[in-house]
Amino acid sequence: MFNRRVFQSSVRRRISNLSSDGLKYGFLIAMSAFMLLPFLWMLITSFKTADEIFTIPAIIIPAHPDLHAYLYMIQQYHILDIARNTFVIALSATILRLFFCSLGGYGFAKFKFPGRDALFAFLLGTMIIPTAVTLIPLYFIMRDLKWIDTFLPLIIPGAANAFGVFFMRQYISSVSDELMDAARIDGAGEFAIFWRIILPIIAPGMISLGIIFFMGSWNDFQAPLIYLKSPENFTLPLLIRSLTGPVGRTVFDIQMAGSVISLIPLLIIFLIFQRRFLEGITAGAVKG
Amino acid sequence: MIGSTAKSPPAKFKPSRNLQKEIWKARWPYLFISPFYLLFLIFGLYPTFFSLYLSFTEWKGLGPIKYVGFKNFELLLRDKVFLQSLQNGVILFILYVPLMTFLALVLAVILNSKSIRGFRVFRTILFIPYIMNIVAAGFAFRLMLNQKYGLVNLMLGSFHIPPVPWLESIWGGRVSLCLLVIWAWLGYNMVLMLAGLQTIPSDLTEAAMIDGASPTQAFFLVTIPLMRSVILFSLVLSTMGSFNLFNEVYTLTGGGPMNATITPIIDIFNQAFTNFRYGYASAMAYVYFIIVFVLTLIQVRYFGQKAD
Repeated sequence: MFNRRVFQSSVRRRISNLSSDGLKYGFLIAMSAFMLLPFLWMLITSFKTADEIFTIPAIIIPAHPDLHAYLYMIQQYHILDIARNTFVIALSATILRLFFCSLGGYGFAKFKFPGRDALFAFLLGTMIIPTAVTLIPLYFIMRDLKWIDTFLPLIIPGAANAFGVFFMRQYISSVSDELMDAARIDGAGEFAIFWRIILPIIAPGMISLGIIFFMGSWNDFQAPLIYLKSPENFTLPLLIRSLTGPVGRTVFDIQMAGSVISLIPLLIIFLIFQRRFLEGITAGAVKG
Repeated sequence: MIGSTAKSPPAKFKPSRNLQKEIWKARWPYLFISPFYLLFLIFGLYPTFFSLYLSFTEWKGLGPIKYVGFKNFELLLRDKVFLQSLQNGVILFILYVPLMTFLALVLAVILNSKSIRGFRVFRTILFIPYIMNIVAAGFAFRLMLNQKYGLVNLMLGSFHIPPVPWLESIWGGRVSLCLLVIWAWLGYNMVLMLAGLQTIPSDLTEAAMIDGASPTQAFFLVTIPLMRSVILFSLVLSTMGSFNLFNEVYTLTGGGPMNATITPIIDIFNQAFTNFRYGYASAMAYVYFIIVFVLTLIQVRYFGQKAD
C-alpha cells in the first residue's frame, strides 16, 4: 500500500531531521555544559592555591595542583567527623521515616476502617502548611525539650512524613492480598505480616523513597542552621557555610574541597540507584 | 498533593450500630497509621496554631507574651522590606519559572525522541545538580560570578564584554539567583516532564505530523495539552519555590544587594532568629501562607477547568 502523503512527509522529515538533529544535540550539549561547569570549577578551585583563586584575570588551570585543601579540611576542620555527624543524622532519619511511612502506607492500603478516607485526605492536606509557619514554635518546642544542639530536631519531627505515607500507600496497593490472607490463616499476627511479608515485597519502593529521604537530610541546611550550635555537632552544609568570609577573604580552595567531599557519597548512591531514584521523585507527579 | 488518585476502592460502611466494635476490629490499622498523626499533632498542628496565636502578640522568646491585637499586621502593611520580599517573589517567579518550565519541556521532548543517542548520559548529567547540596553550589556560583576573579566575566571578556557586576547590582543579583535556581531545578523538572511524556502514546504526535503538522505545531498543539497535569504540578511547585527560596538566597546573595533578592522566607527567618521578633515574624509567616495558598488555588483552578 502506497500512501503518498505519508511518503512525502517522511521524505520531508528525513531532510529536516539532519539539520534538526544537529540542533538537538547542540542544545543538549550546551545545557549539559552549563550543568557540569560549576562542578568542574569547584574541582579545579579545590586544587588551586589561595593566590591563584584571586588573580586578575582568573587562572583556569592551576600551575601546581595539590591536595592541600583536602588535607586542611581533614586535619584542621575535621571534615570526616562532620561527615559522620551528617551520616548518622541522615541514616537514622531515613530508617525511621521508612519504617513509619511504610507502616502507615500499609494501614491505608490494605485495611478498611471507619474514617479512613477522611484521615487520608487530612494527611494530604497537611502538606500545604509551609515550613515558615511552624518554624518559630518548633524552635521553642525543641528548646523546652532541651533538644537544641542535638541531632534530635533533625530526626524526630519528620519521622513520619505525609508524602512518604502517600507514596507507600500507592506502592502497597499494588501488592496482592493473597500472601497476607494465607499468613493470616496460618495465625500470623498483624505486625508479623507487615514485617515478614509486606516489607520484603516493597523493598524496591523503600529504596526509591529512602534515597529521597537520605538526600533531603544529607543536604538539609535550614534546620541544622537553626538547631546546631557547637561546631563539633555541625553537618557538612553548615561546615561549608562556616568557611565564608567577606569578599576576597573566603578560603574558596578549602570551601570547594569541602563541597567536593560532601557531594561524593550522594553521587555514588545516585549513580548506583539512579533508576529507582528517578521513579521515586516522579511517582507523585505522574500518577494523577 | 496534586495528582493524587486513590487506587483502592473507597471504603463504604453500612450504617452500623456497632461503630465501637468496628473501631476495635480495626485497632491494628489505627495503630499503624497513628505515628504520623501523633507526630503531626506535636510538631505540625500545635506549632501551626501557636504561630497563629503568636502573630497577635509581641514576644522576645522569654518572659510574658504580650497580646497586641492586629498591630503586627498593621505594621506589616508599611514594612518596606516585607513588601519588597513579596515583590521579589513575583519578580523571581517571572524571571525563572516560564523559562525553566519551557526549557524542561523542550529538553524532555528532545530526550524522548527515539532518534536521540546517549539518552542516559544526557539525562544523568542534566539531573545531577539536583543532588548537589545547594550550599556548596551557591558558593561555587558566588566564586564563578565574582566581578573581578570570576570565571563568567573571564569568559565574557574573551568576547570583549566588560565585566558584569553580577552580585553587586540589583538586576545582576536577581539574574544570578535565577541562574542558580535554574541550574539546580531544571533537571528535576525535566525528569518530571519526561515521565509525563512517557505516558503519552507516541503515535499521537506522529499521527499529527503525518497529517501535516510541523514538529513545532505538534509540540504546542498535541504534547503541551496532554502534559497539562504534569506542567501544572511543576508550576505549582515552582510558585511555592520562588517565595520559598532560602538556601539559594542565603548562600549566593544573602538577600542583597539592597534587598533585591530577599524572599519572604529569608525575611521571616531574619526577623525571628536575628531580631528575635517572634510575634511579628509569625504574622509575616501567616500572610505569606495565605498568599501562597491563594496563588496555588488560582493555578489549580485555571489549569484544572480546562483539563478534561
